[in-house]
Amino acid sequence: MTLQPLFFYLFSFVTIASALMVIAARNPVHSVLFLILAFVNAAGLLLLLGAEFLAMILIVVYVGAVAVLFLFVVMMLDVDFAELRQGFLQYLPIGALVGVILLVELIAVLGGLAIAPEVETLATPVPADVSNVAALGAVLYTRYLYFFQAAGVILLVAMIGAIVLTLRHKEGVKRQDISVQVARDPRKTVEVVQVETGRGI
Amino acid sequence: MDALLLSYLPIVVFIGIALVIGLALLVSPFIVAYKDPDPEKVSAYECGFAAFDDARMKFDVRFYLVAILFIIFDLEVAFLFPWAVAFKSLGWFGFWSMMAFLGVLTVGFVYEWKKGALEWD
Repeated sequence: MTLQPLFFYLFSFVTIASALMVIAARNPVHSVLFLILAFVNAAGLLLLLGAEFLAMILIVVYVGAVAVLFLFVVMMLDVDFAELRQGFLQYLPIGALVGVILLVELIAVLGGLAIAPEVETLATPVPADVSNVAALGAVLYTRYLYFFQAAGVILLVAMIGAIVLTLRHKEGVKRQDISVQVARDPRKTVEVVQVETGRGI
Repeated sequence: MDALLLSYLPIVVFIGIALVIGLALLVSPFIVAYKDPDPEKVSAYECGFAAFDDARMKFDVRFYLVAILFIIFDLEVAFLFPWAVAFKSLGWFGFWSMMAFLGVLTVGFVYEWKKGALEWD
């Protein structure tokens, strides 16, 4: 099909362009919106590769949850744009270092493929009659049991860490305690007093 | 492979239509609408007096906590999908492996509940 390369170039072009805009946009909120665009297009690329489930999970988890988290983080900052721009050059060496490492890794992957093209055949092809999700499910919970359980433990650590770091209860807030409220005995808490006329309590 | 991609063709058509409608609604006011800007008309309006504060204020950190707890359970559900699809072929081992995973996360859920992280104040 000729449409496939067309969509590949469309998705990759938009992904790269929006990734550039993430670091170039002046407003951090716009950066997050461009990040969402990059995620959606990366999902399109995964779909072209045939990784249907991963593409949908990318949309659900990254666009639906992680991007919202980023938006919260951006809004939690005191968004002073002039001040945000000042630290830009200061972080340039670290950013450049990370970029160089990523570049070396990409060259290693592509170079390995160029030196030994037979590597590609080592990957086990997914049988055509098995859907993507079923192929994942067939191995993830049994053959890769330890990785799966490790993922569970990591999620638990993330949950407890988030609660420990951010949960602060306000003092002196009256909360509902339903069992205590329901079990309250009116005879102990309500007092009926006979008051003589004109005397008061 | 091609059949898989062809099954996504309706989505491409939907996105195309949405793009056309959205762009038409965005662009048509610039062409059609009557424009007579005025410094008072385009200034920020706050109940009769000049705006005296920036609308961008810091969010409470509790929103962040709710979002991160949501992500964790979102991922838990993401792990459930392939399990449900492959359930018949997995057998008891696959069943108990998922139960152990859910058990670990339930420990976290109970901790969260008892700590009061699901309550607002």
